[in-house]
Amino acid sequence: MTQPARHAAMLSISNSGPNTMAGEKQQSTQHMHTQSQPSQGLRVPSNRKTIYDRHLNRSRSAELSRASFAFLFAEMVTYAQRRVTGIQDLERRLNEQGYPLGLRLLDLLYYRTMSSSTSSSLSSSSTSASPPNRPLRILPLLHLIHGPLWRLLFNRPADALEHSVSPETPNEYMITDNDPLVNTYISVPKEMSMLNCAAFVAGIIEGVCDGCGFEAKVTAHNQPTEMWPGRTIFLLRFGESVMEREKVLERAGVK
Amino acid sequence: MSSATKASRIGEELWKTRVDKVNAELVTLTYGTIVAQLCQDYDGNYHEVNKQLEKMGYNIGMRLIEDFLAKSNVGRCANFRETADMISKVGFRIFLNIAPTVTNWTSDNNQFSLIFDENPLADFVELPDDGRAQDELWFSNILCGVLRGALEMVQMQIEAHFVSDVLRGDDTTEMRVSLVRYIEDEMPPDEE
Repeated sequence: MTQPARHAAMLSISNSGPNTMAGEKQQSTQHMHTQSQPSQGLRVPSNRKTIYDRHLNRSRSAELSRASFAFLFAEMVTYAQRRVTGIQDLERRLNEQGYPLGLRLLDLLYYRTMSSSTSSSLSSSSTSASPPNRPLRILPLLHLIHGPLWRLLFNRPADALEHSVSPETPNEYMITDNDPLVNTYISVPKEMSMLNCAAFVAGIIEGVCDGCGFEAKVTAHNQPTEMWPGRTIFLLRFGESVMEREKVLERAGVK
Repeated sequence: MSSATKASRIGEELWKTRVDKVNAELVTLTYGTIVAQLCQDYDGNYHEVNKQLEKMGYNIGMRLIEDFLAKSNVGRCANFRETADMISKVGFRIFLNIAPTVTNWTSDNNQFSLIFDENPLADFVELPDDGRAQDELWFSNILCGVLRGALEMVQMQIEAHFVSDVLRGDDTTEMRVSLVRYIEDEMPPDEE
């Protein structure tokens, strides 16, 4: 099996950070084995205000100030900028910061689509009528990104979803956002006009794809129109193994 | 009407009417990636991570105060107690939709604590189980910097640090804020 190397690498990176959910446990057990230090595990407050005791949907419809997001994101970009050699490097870094988010958001999306559809799918769960939650083909995956993922992050679906028309690049798909929220308060200097900080979002998408088992490279590109000066295209390039599997599944009639 | 109740009303009203909103999880997760990235870049040197977070917060605070003043349209606070209420009931309300409790004043009215019942920045968070993070990392340390930067712009030099955090297994999340001095009119210091 051709597991994308980056997936594994990024997993360990994301585990080293504190913002982890399920992955953390795994790593901590590894730690105990390798370092043989007497770890008593994490301390928890006596009122048990931990992530395990609070409902995962608690913050589902919660809102925060857009300014707070803008400030944080701007700091993130500024910080990333201090440690890079150029625009591509900066975009790569932003992409890498989004990537672990994608992996986790995927779990959250599954969890939420499952829990919200439990009642309706109970009766038909034994029949093949209800679609599986995990996308097996590219198109359902793209719809998951275009719809639920975008709504979770930005409270609206993305603006367009397209397949490359070139016969040479059947593995390329494009998701368009006419006015990416992340770029709202970012002004890019003229000499860096190629830069698109939505590379962060591209990283999130890449994480979602990889997490689903669809090896992909995702990049963000400026495609301004008169009406939408900030229009951004997310270009998804799926790996060869994905395309091969896609053909097999198509022949097998899997949707 | 006490200054706390008044500030509370201003804050709630502003949150409802003047604040553009985004999904809270987007903010939470974005902050999480920032901290995770720092932990990685500084190779688990949590003291340095705390420092960097504070610096980032300072940069944010210096700009955030303008947004705060423009939105709230409040005047100068008469004393540090009033400032504390403004920070908690208006500032935190506008930017994080919370209002940490102001308490534990010293008798000279120059030091207080903010107790966070809720902390949106720390949702979904569990610190690394490496035997150090829970003793060394202040996950939300960016907030200390924000206060320092913002207040410096309105002529107050303060010092802020966390003294407890539920992420460390403490029962409360508490930040201690001390007024160092009121800054007399002078040239603003260089950006950090």
